[in-house]
Amino acid sequence: MSPRFVDKAPFDPYDREVLTPEQERFYTASQWQLMWWRFKRHKLAVASGIILLIFYLSTLITEFIAPYDLHTRNAQFIHTPPQRVHLFHEGQFVGPFVYGFAYRLDMATLKREYTVDPNKIQRLRFFCRGDPYRFWGRFPADLHLVCPAEGGTLFLAGTDRLGRDLFSRILHGARVSLTVGLIGISVSFVLGIILGGISGYYGGWIDNVIQRLIEVIRSFPMIPLWMSLSAAMPVTWDPLWVFFGITLILGLVDWTGLARAVRSKILALREEDFAQAARLMGARPSRIIGRHLVPSFMSHLIASATLSIPGMILGETALSFLGLGVRAPITSWGVLLNDAQNVNVVALYPWLMLPVVPVVIVVLAFNFLGDGLRDAADPYS
Amino acid sequence: MLRYIVRRILVMIPTLVAISIITFVIIQLPPGDFLSAQLDELRAQGEGLQSDKIQYLRELYGLDRPMWQQYLYWAWGLLHGDLGYSFEYDRPVTEVIGDRIFLTFIISFATILFTWIIAFPIGVYSATHKYSWGDHGLTFLGFLGLATPNFLLALVLLYLSNVWFGTSIGGLVDPEYLDQPMSWGKFLSVLEHLWVPVVVIGTSGTAGMIRRLRANLLDELQKPYVVTARAKGLPPGRALVKYPLRMALNPFIADIGNLLPEFISGSALVAVVLSLPTTGPILVRALQTQDMYLAGSFLMLESFLVVIGVLISDLLLAWLDPRIRFGGATTR
Repeated sequence: MSPRFVDKAPFDPYDREVLTPEQERFYTASQWQLMWWRFKRHKLAVASGIILLIFYLSTLITEFIAPYDLHTRNAQFIHTPPQRVHLFHEGQFVGPFVYGFAYRLDMATLKREYTVDPNKIQRLRFFCRGDPYRFWGRFPADLHLVCPAEGGTLFLAGTDRLGRDLFSRILHGARVSLTVGLIGISVSFVLGIILGGISGYYGGWIDNVIQRLIEVIRSFPMIPLWMSLSAAMPVTWDPLWVFFGITLILGLVDWTGLARAVRSKILALREEDFAQAARLMGARPSRIIGRHLVPSFMSHLIASATLSIPGMILGETALSFLGLGVRAPITSWGVLLNDAQNVNVVALYPWLMLPVVPVVIVVLAFNFLGDGLRDAADPYS
Repeated sequence: MLRYIVRRILVMIPTLVAISIITFVIIQLPPGDFLSAQLDELRAQGEGLQSDKIQYLRELYGLDRPMWQQYLYWAWGLLHGDLGYSFEYDRPVTEVIGDRIFLTFIISFATILFTWIIAFPIGVYSATHKYSWGDHGLTFLGFLGLATPNFLLALVLLYLSNVWFGTSIGGLVDPEYLDQPMSWGKFLSVLEHLWVPVVVIGTSGTAGMIRRLRANLLDELQKPYVVTARAKGLPPGRALVKYPLRMALNPFIADIGNLLPEFISGSALVAVVLSLPTTGPILVRALQTQDMYLAGSFLMLESFLVVIGVLISDLLLAWLDPRIRFGGATTR
């Protein structure tokens, strides 16, 4: 029998592994803190987040950034190509300016031809007075970030068939296109949590009914269903109402994916001790679901919600493109793309397709952001 | 297996009933109906001639009866292959739809094949060359395909195929073959036109497929049996193909159910731009003129296609994967 070793020194309950300050910080960090740290490592997602933030913030001051108003028509400039901003003229620094147009009507084809006239130098003005507008539809103002020279033009993305500046219209369209996704996702978020929560928590026949309903809704091809529902909106509705109707429809069709995610999580979590404890203490189901279960996988929900916003933005674009979505005078990127509906446009006025650029950027950014959020959503893995 | 098939088909029935109810509700949603609009128009023009016919149609389709009777009437017709009457085309819906549904199916099927062919090598490459430049680049390309609105891509490709190959614009065949019976030349011409919609619709699904295949394969490649196989000196190619790849193939089958609705809705849009003789353009037109029986039939038939597609993919999965077959649970 080997002699047992007993340490003579008194037991010190405070003696333990000493943590470095970084470790200390890491171990005591809250869950959201950990997520943030992990999210920051995902460079692409952070960049996407910043881009989206810029896009959304810009919608707050659209009228100020846009050189023209949404409806300003320049009757002499129909279907002009985009103007490029130059800094140097014949090696001489002039500051930001654009070259003016020389206009000629081709009598053989009756096509308006705008050519760049290097003699017309039109210097841009900054913080200047331009088209009057009502800021947020309320306060009259006419201050713009950038305006064309006096008597000159500034069409950074060309003009459409009524001579309206496309660049300004894209900026204005961002308001509708970007909010569609947010409102739509809120609708589907609420529906998804409520129905998914009920389905997962109660189980049994309620679960069965909701699951079958989800199955049925998913069996409909998305865009035809959207089209049918939006065609069902009365023609007499105000465009603003149509806009809200569209977002509602987008949300009503989209919630099924979220509901499934919520249900599977709740199925796994409802047997956990903390849920059991809450139940024993007499909490009502709505409290258990809303206060205890849902917050424990909220981060996952936010991530998957982010990933379904792009689908809605593309959906709105598609609907408006077909003329079944948002209607003028409310303008979205889809409404703008409506002008680019046939091959002639590609051949003659390719710049009319420019509104697709912000669509692609925003959709990509939401996808990458969602990817980053999903990776960060579970910081303990 | 037989039990599984029978049960799976029985489950389908209530789904189809529910789909038909929702479709019917959508048909009824717009205020008024096509007939009353037309009747008003005729009255305004002072014509009484056709109002008899309209009255007849009204009775035939029970438009003045209560809602639930109308539904039963409509559903009964569906069961017998009578899809209702297209008021705008003034013909039964079945005649209007004709082979358009068939073409929709062909295009969807071709698109699924295309997605597989593109996604398979890229997914495998991305998984085996994780985080390489190739992986990042291809993934980005996939995302770009996802983010570009299909209809615009369709326009641009249409233009390019016209400029480069001289393909006629719009439609699915060259104009000279339009009313001719099927022949080798017509077939080639169809193929020539088919690639644009297939590529365009396919781009939206490819990204998702690549990412799923990549994720699955990565999971599989980290498993101990792969390490063992490598340690024992199995050539890398064989160690990849023999088991991990086969395990990672499930999404290809399982995704038919997800891809089909996506492709059908994608084709609806693209078809409008390309003026393909599929269901898309007619559906849009029908919705705009509130020719609701026509629209409803499309919605119903397309959902039916999807349900069938899911059924096929479930059966294939069960055939491939004994865990599903004997577990008895449906996957969707």
